[in-house]
Amino acid sequence: MALEPQPDPALPAGEPDEGFPAAPAGVDAEGHNPWYLAYRRLRRNRLALASLGLFGLIVVFALAAPLWAEHVAHTGPNTTHTTEKITVDGEKREVVDVEGKPIGPVWFGAGGKFFLGADGGLGRDEMVRLMYGGRTSLFIGLTSALITTILATILGLLAGYYKGWTDGIITRTLDVIWSFPVVLLGIALGTALAVGGLKIGPLELSGNSIWIPILIIAVVYTPYMARPIRGEVLAMREKEFVESAVAQGAGSLRIMFGELLPNLWSTVIVFFTLNIANNMLLEASLSFLGAGVQAPNSSWGKMVSLGTESIYTSPLLAFAPGVLILLTVLSLNVFGDGLRDALDPRSKVRLTRAEAAESAAGGAI
Amino acid sequence: MARFIVRRLAGMVLVLFAVSVLTFAIFNLIPNSPPAQRLAGKNATPTLVKSIEKDWGFDEPLPVQYFETMKKIFTGELISYGDELNVEERIVEGIPTSFSLCIGAAVIWLSFGILFGFLSATRVGGWLDRALTIGSVGGISIPVFLIATLFLYFLTYKIELFPASGYVPLLEDPIQWAYHLVLPWFTLAILNIGFYSRVLRSNMLDVMREDYVRTARAKGLDERRIMVRHVLRNSLIPIITLFGLDFGATLFGGAIITEVIFSLGGVGQYAAESITNLDLPPLMAITIFGAFFVVLFNALTDVVYAYLDPRIRLGSSAQ
Repeated sequence: MALEPQPDPALPAGEPDEGFPAAPAGVDAEGHNPWYLAYRRLRRNRLALASLGLFGLIVVFALAAPLWAEHVAHTGPNTTHTTEKITVDGEKREVVDVEGKPIGPVWFGAGGKFFLGADGGLGRDEMVRLMYGGRTSLFIGLTSALITTILATILGLLAGYYKGWTDGIITRTLDVIWSFPVVLLGIALGTALAVGGLKIGPLELSGNSIWIPILIIAVVYTPYMARPIRGEVLAMREKEFVESAVAQGAGSLRIMFGELLPNLWSTVIVFFTLNIANNMLLEASLSFLGAGVQAPNSSWGKMVSLGTESIYTSPLLAFAPGVLILLTVLSLNVFGDGLRDALDPRSKVRLTRAEAAESAAGGAI
Repeated sequence: MARFIVRRLAGMVLVLFAVSVLTFAIFNLIPNSPPAQRLAGKNATPTLVKSIEKDWGFDEPLPVQYFETMKKIFTGELISYGDELNVEERIVEGIPTSFSLCIGAAVIWLSFGILFGFLSATRVGGWLDRALTIGSVGGISIPVFLIATLFLYFLTYKIELFPASGYVPLLEDPIQWAYHLVLPWFTLAILNIGFYSRVLRSNMLDVMREDYVRTARAKGLDERRIMVRHVLRNSLIPIITLFGLDFGATLFGGAIITEVIFSLGGVGQYAAESITNLDLPPLMAITIFGAFFVVLFNALTDVVYAYLDPRIRLGSSAQ
């Protein structure tokens, strides 16, 4: 095992990394801030960049929904075409045939109408629905991840900074939420609130509001993020820079948000990215079971559940939204891993060539 | 050891109480409509709502309401107002199916997870490691319902290799039991295979840096022995805690979706049916029993963990 610090293999030889300045004596080492170093490491991780690109494409796909609906498909996501006929390559075809089987993908055969065919029974344009469903899924994933991140960061800071009974109350409350299996808690809240609606102070949400699944998912995942943040704050608050801030007369708020929070950013950003992926999976599972997004809204998870009803006759209706969820979650997971490697080169999950060399020297089996 | 168990159990009782209060709040307090109306279900008549209100004590103070609700759940007299059937009886009926599904899947995910993690860690940087790393990210990203629908379409319909639905009790016909469960088992296991191989790989890479591994090498032990006896064995201990958390999460998570798609008819499918019918009493019971099971199972794995790793129990009793 090498005891010498290994040069970061993501950087070309000769360029100094933080932690060991390789400046020759007498020459001032040029300093770089850690964000720039992270950016430089990330830029070299092609897999992570490709994943970010894929995620970007999916976002563009969802954002383009109204454009496609208006200019290409000439229909909305909830418009039914059960009794209509369309002309595909000069041939008249029914959107939904006598047996109730919807038309399959016609690509550009009908000038962009029914690009991926129609959905089961109701004859709605599948492509338009996929794009609009993606908007819902991405919106829920991003918004709930934002709420989880803000909640978890504040709770983690408070618990880790104040310790004592503040920590006790926050930790115990989070532990109770943590005791419930994630999907089961989501189902319980999702169904109860879909039946009853929700009222928080002056804010009243009806049972089919899209904010109900957003809030549920945000709350359910908060303990999973707040715990590690609390741990990090606990360790950090004993460091010298906190002591010096106290000595300068900084108040609690100033220390938490001015001193501790900036040091948490890299952790928080990685968690946020991975949390979007988890939230989208949970949303899909809940909507699949009927405890997530409620009609008239639709999302990819809901479309899969509708698609499984006609899995043998039109498998595409279940596979297409499923594959889109997979691609979104995969791109976020791979990018999140890359981000973690770039921001914290010493993190555990990292696989570097230096490690590979070490174990090769040790003689792997 | 006895002191550790007693302390762990005392903590557990408090958590169970808190869990029951939160479940009560989720179903009877947080939603913005009269609770009796919600519990009555879709085809509620005013008379039914009135009688539920009286029966559950919704005109009484909150502690009485909580007590009445818990009494109904734990004495097994909870009924669904949609189909008039006893909730606990239906849950008990589904338990063998759900456990057959989850225990089988757990055996598969532990075996493959440990195998892949071990292969990855002992070949860090090699092509097999890279392939397994990519595969494991795929495994944790693929939604359960996509695996299930792909299996269903290609392996039961395109190629009629496996049955598409139904559950055969183990005691009735063990071979048919396994044959009907193969696809559901793998559907449920894939996510955790990816996750466990990742965790084990990084655990093993950490342990490989320990002094005792270097000592073992210096003694001249052969590499295979070091990897299996020293590195793997120590890396497996944290996996036990993880398993304690994941088994419950899978039983009441991915298993619900798997049961629905393969029409297995276990507790998960009962939960899914109740969501579709907006039938709250069964969900209330499944939520509370599910959370209780998870808490108990966690406590059990913690005790096993403390037994296997003396540092844990000594560390905590010194406090």
